[in-house]
Amino acid sequence: MTPLARSAAGPSATGWRPSFAWMKVLAAAPLSAKLGLFIVASYVAVAISAPWVSPYGEAEIVGSQFEPWSARFLLGTDNLGRDMLTRLVYGARNTVGIAFASTLLAFAVGGVLGIFSAVAGGWPDHLLSRAIDVLMAIPQLIFSMFLLTIFGMSVPVLIAVIALVDSTRVFRLARALAMNVVTMDYIDVARLRGESRLWIMRREILPNILSPLVAEFGLRFCFVFLMISALSFLGLGIQPPTADWGSMVRDNATLITYGDVTPLLPAGAIAVLTIGINYLIDWFLDKSSGLREGQ
Amino acid sequence: MMKPGILLDVSGLRIEGESGGQWQEIVKGVSFQLDRGEVLGLIGESGAGKSTIGLAALGYARPGCRFSGGQVRFEGRDLLHMPENELRRLRGMRIAYVAQSAAAFFNPAHRLIDQFIEVLAVHGFADHAAAAAKARNLYARLGLPDPAGFGQRYPHQVSGGQLQRAMIAMAMAGDPDLIVFDEPTTALDVTTQVGVLAAVRSAVRGSKTAALYITHDLAVVAQVADRIMVLRHGQTVEEAETQSLLHAPGQEYTRRLLASDPVIRPERAAECHLLEIDNLSASYGARRVLDAISIRVPKARTMAIVGESGSGKSTLARVITGLLAPDTGTLCLDGTVLAGGVDQRDRETLRRIQLIHQMPDTALNPRQKVSEILGRPLMFYKGIKSEAAAAQVAHLLEQVELSPALGDRFPGELSGGQKQRVCIARAISADPDLIICDEVTSGLDPLVAEGILDLLSTMQKQSGKTYLFITHDLKIVAAIADTVVVMKNGEVIEQNGRDAVLKNPLSSYTERLIESVPQMNSGWLDALIAREGADARNPEDRRFP
Repeated sequence: MTPLARSAAGPSATGWRPSFAWMKVLAAAPLSAKLGLFIVASYVAVAISAPWVSPYGEAEIVGSQFEPWSARFLLGTDNLGRDMLTRLVYGARNTVGIAFASTLLAFAVGGVLGIFSAVAGGWPDHLLSRAIDVLMAIPQLIFSMFLLTIFGMSVPVLIAVIALVDSTRVFRLARALAMNVVTMDYIDVARLRGESRLWIMRREILPNILSPLVAEFGLRFCFVFLMISALSFLGLGIQPPTADWGSMVRDNATLITYGDVTPLLPAGAIAVLTIGINYLIDWFLDKSSGLREGQ
Repeated sequence: MMKPGILLDVSGLRIEGESGGQWQEIVKGVSFQLDRGEVLGLIGESGAGKSTIGLAALGYARPGCRFSGGQVRFEGRDLLHMPENELRRLRGMRIAYVAQSAAAFFNPAHRLIDQFIEVLAVHGFADHAAAAAKARNLYARLGLPDPAGFGQRYPHQVSGGQLQRAMIAMAMAGDPDLIVFDEPTTALDVTTQVGVLAAVRSAVRGSKTAALYITHDLAVVAQVADRIMVLRHGQTVEEAETQSLLHAPGQEYTRRLLASDPVIRPERAAECHLLEIDNLSASYGARRVLDAISIRVPKARTMAIVGESGSGKSTLARVITGLLAPDTGTLCLDGTVLAGGVDQRDRETLRRIQLIHQMPDTALNPRQKVSEILGRPLMFYKGIKSEAAAAQVAHLLEQVELSPALGDRFPGELSGGQKQRVCIARAISADPDLIICDEVTSGLDPLVAEGILDLLSTMQKQSGKTYLFITHDLKIVAAIADTVVVMKNGEVIEQNGRDAVLKNPLSSYTERLIESVPQMNSGWLDALIAREGADARNPEDRRFP
């Protein structure tokens, strides 16, 4: 488990009473939130059960190139004769999995450093902030292409590079949010008690900035997604024969010339997931800002 | 039918507020009438609905509130059912509003006079020169320094009291028939308050302007109001002429408000000193805020530190606790020299000095339950865990006269007074020797504040703790302090026993602080102004030329 996920579990464990309250909350959620939840849940289900639900193997060549939609190949085949539906299902697994891992890592690194920067102040803050500024000054895509070229293209490197690039934004947000909390008297109280910096970060600050951070998590998740697809489309992301939505668009792009919508399906899958996640975030923001009102 | 001459007629006003999806009545059938040129004071604790009523006089309900009954008639026209564009024509010109916080009211990016002119321009008066002349006129009338040049400044370039008066000038821009003053002096020092009160009075006296003056301070409203209406829980307790209300209150609640000045406790002599501060200086960056301070804090007694805002009293608290390291000088607690910064002090030293903040809202983490807030120091200093801690927390809550059941709540679910009690409980949970109280009662209603003072003094009797009480309220000083330190511009200008300082002040500054405390008789302000002359009316103007 990454540090962020662990620390996120701390406050929620003490803040939420174990009960069936969440079911009530869910029932009272607006339609858009339920839709979002349904979309995300079905993607996750498909990603997990990919080997069982897909008709063929991930890289298995089962027919001739660019076969049309038929009973045998529900969505036709791709440029090498692999089943589109199978590739789509496995793509969910790869693309979503990598996006989730990179976002999590980005939040662990960026979040911790951002809160630390706000708490520490002085020169550590300056040093970190300027370093992040330098990173942010380099265009994201070019910077990641550059790093991927140096370190080679493997899934762990891909995750690390995307996380690094994305953590700069998370750092900025976490630092700004934590800055607002650091000025509160209860932080002074904790410092006067002699609490360690880690305790102040984890127990005094994190719970108070968690909801905007979680909201941002959802948004960044979508961006990471688009970035992976963009990198794959350029040939720098997930490498063949692993199925991934970005490269599927690239590989089959020629079909569009013939009026076939198949290459747009992976793009559509990305779009639908993005919408689903955003519905969920809207709902979450709505809930948490309501909470804040009551404080 | 209405009598002729009545300007504002509020009858059976009911307003509901929404909380958690449910509408609850917060104003329950309030009625009053206001003649031209008359000032009605609305007084009550927080939650009494006085601000809500004040806004209703503008035909306005805050978001989350709605009118559910009754009428508000301005010159016979019902404001509650008036179209929004007609209301807008009335507001600002015929009915004006003065808010509590002038700093939040002004746009920091524009000069004061431009904001004044805008009020008139919005309502269709295009003559800028005439509007500017009017502004200068009003600035002079409200006693602002350099009326000709004052308007050229930006809001941050003038003091809090001056800004408040500039806001009153803006309210008077359209020669309104009615001005609603919503706690215009609550956020100010006593000495600054005098100037603003004088301005409020010159705004309403001798003109046909009527006013609603909303406050929780009976002594303040006695200076400006012709009649006073006491509100509680959204209902009228009583309404009477100022004189008769002060001298013959008809209701028990009013009597309690009148008697809400704290009980005077006798001054006690000190046997030895707990904290010795020698030649202490501190600064924020290049600006020196404390200059060669030497103070002896007597053990098991209460020492009050008084002074206007900016005199360095809160900074002194920060230095004593270690949040701000001093430039020079020593702090000596019980014979041991304290390290400067909080990071260099050991846990035991930190435990011995506890600070209670002014605003309990920001001093309690909104995401921690009361039991967690109180349990942490127990665990941190004494290693008391789980069940033993739960028992201790319950005991602590009982000590500060709260129900142990509150331990399960978040701070947001407590009232202001309850929150401050939780802060006190947190301070005593560390079993400290010295408790620094930084304006602990200034954010609270008088009756609630009195309860807190009682609690603190009872606890001192039981456990012999030493209090350092930072305040600008000399009523509190008179009630609980044993010794007093008077601070001005980062220096100690007087340090002595309480009775000596209050009865025979050595400096004119101390004298002015004492005189500026509003007295519960309606002639106090007049007498003060007559005695001190126009110059003393706005003492802050001399500091901000």
